[in-house]
Amino acid sequence: MTGENNLKSLPLEDLHKAAGARFGGFAGWSMPLTYPLGVMKEHQHTREHAGLFDISHMKLFEVSGDDAAKLLARACPFTPEALAIEQSKYTFFLNDKAGIIDDLIVTRLRLDRYLVVANAGNAETDEQHLRSLAEDMSVEIKPLDRVFLAIQGPHASAALARIGVLTESLKFMTGADRMLGSFISRSGYTGEDGFEIALPEEKAHSFVAELLKDPRVQWIGLAARDSLRLEAGLCLHGQDITPDTNPVEAGLMWAIPKDIRASGSFIGADALRAVIERGAQRKRVGLKPEGRQPVRAGAALFGADGNPAGEVTSGGFGPSAGHPVAMGYVSTPLAKAGTSLFADVRGTKIPMEISPLPFTPHRYHKG
Amino acid sequence: MAKTYFTTDHEWIRVEGDIATVGITDYAQEQLGDLVFVELPEAGKALSRGDTAVVVESVKAASDVYAPVDGEIVEANQTLSSDPALVNSAATGDGWLWKMKLADTGQLDGLLDEAGYKAHIG
Repeated sequence: MTGENNLKSLPLEDLHKAAGARFGGFAGWSMPLTYPLGVMKEHQHTREHAGLFDISHMKLFEVSGDDAAKLLARACPFTPEALAIEQSKYTFFLNDKAGIIDDLIVTRLRLDRYLVVANAGNAETDEQHLRSLAEDMSVEIKPLDRVFLAIQGPHASAALARIGVLTESLKFMTGADRMLGSFISRSGYTGEDGFEIALPEEKAHSFVAELLKDPRVQWIGLAARDSLRLEAGLCLHGQDITPDTNPVEAGLMWAIPKDIRASGSFIGADALRAVIERGAQRKRVGLKPEGRQPVRAGAALFGADGNPAGEVTSGGFGPSAGHPVAMGYVSTPLAKAGTSLFADVRGTKIPMEISPLPFTPHRYHKG
Repeated sequence: MAKTYFTTDHEWIRVEGDIATVGITDYAQEQLGDLVFVELPEAGKALSRGDTAVVVESVKAASDVYAPVDGEIVEANQTLSSDPALVNSAATGDGWLWKMKLADTGQLDGLLDEAGYKAHIG
């Protein structure tokens, strides 16, 4: 299935083919969806050992120069100068309606240099957005071509140590580029302890080969990446958050510092303050379908009274949870754990209960 | 004697008299990946060729399985309610989906035989 519809190929595609991956299109890229292990075992392997993910479809931008912090403070609702060197921050690009253009992780590498990790599907939009804001600023925006890997799970740290990559000094949400051309951060998209590592293609083949000599490390495809992040309650941009959802209704205000909410001059600040003032009409919640049938993105939700209540934005089966899992938006009065709802699945009403997120506890290494 | 037919939608149909047992091929289960739910039809339901008979759900997606011919459901494989993964482990055996009474055995002539199906999946 590779090569069709002008999909871009990952730099390590030959390795995925050799590993028996099944490919599919995602955000313009031909991506490994599953390996012969299968999504269920890949998911569980990540929770029990260490999963290796090729996430080279994601985009890294280096933002540097005298005005680097000024540019990011305009584009994102946080204070770039307040980050310690090697500290990472989950944040967003907001539009002037406080809608989420993209969600990002920004790491401060030097006093005047930041690394932005953006979603594949938004990479072009993000770059244009940053460049248009930077027009009169002294700042360089440099897209980096890197192989980008995630290694996630309770054995991730030990597997890296085995090949000489020592990670003790890294706590959750810190990152460093201590080796030329390489970047490692302690973060991820699974709810597990883990790392994201960017390195030049010429170094990536041997790095991966060494890692995979360890039976604790297995390639994990995009299908399990999705079930892992959904169990962990993490949003997928384009589904759970979009340019039409704001951080208040998405339940992501923890990512926006209090002082910035009141006084920040980032794009969308006024709109965000207005939303905070009047309150969100709807809220993102976890949803647990009763029984075994998955309820997927797009399913309409109804209250116990039969009135429309909202919509599912992500849904599937949670291999670790052992039951179907979903998230979506419901009208604010209903957005309380334990509320009973119904989802319409092909004409059948499936009972759902609003459930706290995450479905599986986070196991980050907070040091 | 039972005869087995196939469709380009990756179903197999095993016919004995006017009763057909229908399932998905091993190739199809491999493409779908681990199944977590199978939405089964009620006995007595009348189906026309091309109607959705069963929905199989993998971790990632839901896929329709179509009635390959006209007929009436006589039995659904209830074991799959508690063990949907049986379709993965035994697609052409214990992981069958439903049995139907054929309305027109003449429709079987339009289906593939095993060699034709193998040629189809390449």
